[in-house]
Amino acid sequence: MDYSQFLALKQEIGLLIIFLLVFLYDTFACKKSQGALPVITTVLMAVLVAWGFCPVVKADAVAFAGMYVTSPVMVAIKNILNVGVLIVLIQSIKWANSEFTSVRRGEFYELILLTLLGMYFMISSRHFLMFIIGLETASLPLCALVAFDKNRYESHEAAIKYVLTAVFSSAILLMGLSLVYGLCGTLYYEGISYAIASNFGVMTVVGLAFVMAGFGFKISLVPFHLWTADVYQGAPTSVTSYLSVISKGSAAFAFLVVLTQVFGTLYSEAWEWMLYALIILTITVGNLFAMRQVNMKRFLAFSSISQAGYIMLAVVGDTPMGVSALMFYVLVYVFSNLAAFGVIGAIENATGKVEMTDYNGLYKTNPRLSFTMMLAMFSLAGIPPFAGFFSKFFVFTSALSGSESVALYVLVLIALINTIISLYYYLLVVKAMFINDSETPIATFRSACSERLGMWICVAGIIGLGIISYFYNYLLNVVA
Amino acid sequence: MDITIPILILAIPLFMFLFLGLVGVKMSHKLAGALGTLGMGTVLVLSYYTAFTYYFSGNPDFVDGTTRLQYVVFDQTWLQFTDFLAIKLGFLLDPISAMMLIVIPTISFMVHVYSLGYMKGEKGFQRYYAFLSLFSFSMLGLVVATNIFQMYIFWELVGASSFLLIGFFYTLPSAVSACKKAFIVTRFADLGFLLGILVLSFYTKQLDFLPMTQNPQGVLASFGGATFMGASVLTWALVLIFTGGMGKSAMLPLHIWLPDAMEGPTPVSALIHAATMVVAGVYLVARLFPLYMLEDAALTFITVVGAVTAFYAAVVACTQIDIKRILAFSTISQIAFMMVSLGVASRDNVAIHEGLGYMASMFHLFTHAMFKALLFLGAGALIHAVHSNIYTAMGGLRKYMPVTHITFLIGCLAIAGIFPFAGFWSKDEILTACFANHWFWGAWMMMVAAMTAFYMFRMYFLVFWWDNPDYEARVREAEAHGHHASLPHEAPLPMALPLIFLAIVSTVCGFISFGKFVTFDGHEYIIHIDIKVAAASMGIAILSILFAGWLYLKKNDKPTRMADSCRWLWTAALHRFYWDEIYLFITRRIIFDGICKPIAWFDRHIIDGTMDGFAYVTNKASYAIKGLQSGKVQMYIWWYLIGAVVLGLVTAVCIL
Repeated sequence: MDYSQFLALKQEIGLLIIFLLVFLYDTFACKKSQGALPVITTVLMAVLVAWGFCPVVKADAVAFAGMYVTSPVMVAIKNILNVGVLIVLIQSIKWANSEFTSVRRGEFYELILLTLLGMYFMISSRHFLMFIIGLETASLPLCALVAFDKNRYESHEAAIKYVLTAVFSSAILLMGLSLVYGLCGTLYYEGISYAIASNFGVMTVVGLAFVMAGFGFKISLVPFHLWTADVYQGAPTSVTSYLSVISKGSAAFAFLVVLTQVFGTLYSEAWEWMLYALIILTITVGNLFAMRQVNMKRFLAFSSISQAGYIMLAVVGDTPMGVSALMFYVLVYVFSNLAAFGVIGAIENATGKVEMTDYNGLYKTNPRLSFTMMLAMFSLAGIPPFAGFFSKFFVFTSALSGSESVALYVLVLIALINTIISLYYYLLVVKAMFINDSETPIATFRSACSERLGMWICVAGIIGLGIISYFYNYLLNVVA
Repeated sequence: MDITIPILILAIPLFMFLFLGLVGVKMSHKLAGALGTLGMGTVLVLSYYTAFTYYFSGNPDFVDGTTRLQYVVFDQTWLQFTDFLAIKLGFLLDPISAMMLIVIPTISFMVHVYSLGYMKGEKGFQRYYAFLSLFSFSMLGLVVATNIFQMYIFWELVGASSFLLIGFFYTLPSAVSACKKAFIVTRFADLGFLLGILVLSFYTKQLDFLPMTQNPQGVLASFGGATFMGASVLTWALVLIFTGGMGKSAMLPLHIWLPDAMEGPTPVSALIHAATMVVAGVYLVARLFPLYMLEDAALTFITVVGAVTAFYAAVVACTQIDIKRILAFSTISQIAFMMVSLGVASRDNVAIHEGLGYMASMFHLFTHAMFKALLFLGAGALIHAVHSNIYTAMGGLRKYMPVTHITFLIGCLAIAGIFPFAGFWSKDEILTACFANHWFWGAWMMMVAAMTAFYMFRMYFLVFWWDNPDYEARVREAEAHGHHASLPHEAPLPMALPLIFLAIVSTVCGFISFGKFVTFDGHEYIIHIDIKVAAASMGIAILSILFAGWLYLKKNDKPTRMADSCRWLWTAALHRFYWDEIYLFITRRIIFDGICKPIAWFDRHIIDGTMDGFAYVTNKASYAIKGLQSGKVQMYIWWYLIGAVVLGLVTAVCIL
């Protein structure tokens, strides 16, 4: 075996080194210096982000007989995930050093880094065996993370729901894959895409549907989304933000790869229509539930479900522009959602309040937090000139640029109507903060340095990505 | 050319706006003012450097032998919609943009300095400087635009910052309504501009200036002789674009906002409503002049609008009692001069006299910016001294305010077109250009020029001579009523310095051989004074001044008797020929009552009802599917399985 091919896995090796460093530090460092772990991990993560932008990393490479592939596009999406993880880590520093978490914080960082590694493999694999390994690495440790607040009842419940659904979805996914394998006789993406066109039949469609269902769990597409709200609400906020942004973003990209590279030939026959149905259901149901939520984390859970529907719109056009639109959407979503979670986390850490009514009159006591939250809501709702407007715009454009079919226009129209509904509930939060009065508003407090840093990064991202065209053009060039 | 300096020219004012706007509240007035002024000073130096490099360096990018070239310093694509439709942000250097790079920072810097004295102690001082920076940024972005859409963006930004500055004293109801009026009227005009842009870009498939203006025949060809309602579509596009210019440059009938805009602080009037923003319309026409040359109908339209406006504004200016309004109408009239000059610059697709009218228009834009800013700043000093805008509160002020008096006199001489002050040179070129086109335009504009001299000196005499009111008695009376009052006083140093500087500029800048720098095709144009026109315009101006002096030097009843002899005309002019009343009638009676009320009813009952219905349905749907999220994990998995199976089977059944 040619061991030099391991060198193709540059980002994975970098991540693994970081993981090992964190693990060794956590295990062997003396008790006094344990407190530095969050900062050390964050700094190492920042190094990894920088490493991802080195020209060396960007080269195309193939390893393990074509099971693993990397290219500038892969590097770009991994970089986006890295940036997201970095922000999550920054935001969680205070929480990790809190009284209840500090004894176990090592696990938090190790599991986060490991799941990220799994996501890397999910994205880069070109063979379903490798893919399943990546997927499971990215899924199972998350159960432990969800249950991290082990003194809280909701945290256990969320973890149990998560693990049961995850196991079930894996089973369905494997079932679908075995059907596909039975038909095509190979697990290589390329091999399947050759063989599947000639084997088109009921089995193929059912296999495809099961694979989509498996992905639907990770991305929380309706009707595979039901775990989302309970888990998001029960998990610690840092874990929720990780779940909602990083886990979802990586799965969305892997889904895009699988749909276009494995089942690309079945686009117009099969999955185009299946995806239409899933997108319409996801956006609409997500919105309808989000309207009535009173818990901020649950509210963001449903908001993230409907956002997932928009992400999938980029896939539906099946064009190169769709790839860049998807990456840009994920990037913007990272900043917008993490800004919202940053505010929620800061308030939760300071006061323990997470209900929307608690936010009444927040502007008077904590204007900067309210402002950050408002920007996040505007960006999620897609109000120009903030980044969310452009990400939605590009997603819609890419969906329509593929073909002239009427169905696509109807789909985009439904998505547009749903943005109006989403505007309603995003603005509810803004209204609570700025307009509603409260006799007992959250008292003025100063959030921790790390939390503020995280929010500043997110605000800069929300504004910068909206105004500066460079980022989108860069992604467009990478794909082309 | 290195792009650092051009970027800084735009970035510094933008940064100052954000900085002063966000953290200015926490600063002292002095610090905020100093920072704003310093920032503008830096921009001034950088712009001068850029403009002088353009004019004098002889770099082959900028000049080819004797021809000045148009040079794009940078042009960054911001939003790429389709292959040909992209929104770019860039920086264009050519004779007129380089000239504006001198005019705008100069006036802006003077206003920054002047405001240190004028706005001293005002509430919201920091906000004021933030807005000034925003305006400077927008105006600079407008003049260096490389494409018509960038120009439109900055055009709107200029409108927005003008809105903010006019309404600066937002507790005054008159200021609030003035800023709304300015915004609405110019926005209404901008609708025409936008339509024009759309029509033009629809046919030419591009937004960039250079490919259009360097190949006008290509533009003409791309329209393919399309016509609409008897005129060619290109004419329509050009006239629509000009409509935007009519709004910003306060041409009849969209002039009504400018006199009211005088509610803003006086330095703002000097910057925005005299020297920079209001000439944006002239600049726009000049920028697209090669296209306007294609269509004589569009140029004739411009000439007629300009000529009527010039005359109208001059008549109204003769009767006003508020000195800022007089200056406002004088501005309208002078901008109309520039418009006419552009309009007469070409006939039958050929520039007359090598584009004399174009050069004269830009020359007048340049000199007018200087002396009109001077006059406005002088008026500000007067208002600062007597705390009133109307001339009846003034009179005999020459003894109290010598510096203001002299500088104001220089401004009046300049605008009246007296040798050797700046206005003489540029106005003379305009008149020559008018005569070169048709004797009628020449005679008409000559008449307006005579009226200009008359109303300016009417104001001058009324303010500085006329009566000698007992200011001490006024002070005593005011103090008896418990008000604070003081004698009229000379302007403090920060206000006097800009006055002196601008007075010097207004005296000498006519001697610049402007034709060397700015011409429509980049070739040098040798200015030669047409002695007949010069002598005639000088003579007529001096006669007007003497007439004004005869009427207004000493307090007497001649003006009243003259007004009485033609009372209806005088009253009509005082009320600006009832334009505002006409607008109010049209908007209130016809639009509001006739159109808006039925629509409002429809909106309230039908549309709102429908929307409420949608919201009701959405809400109901939201409650109806509540059961899906039961919280039971076995149900979740059950739904999951059903979803997967149904997805597969339905698809299979449908497509096989």
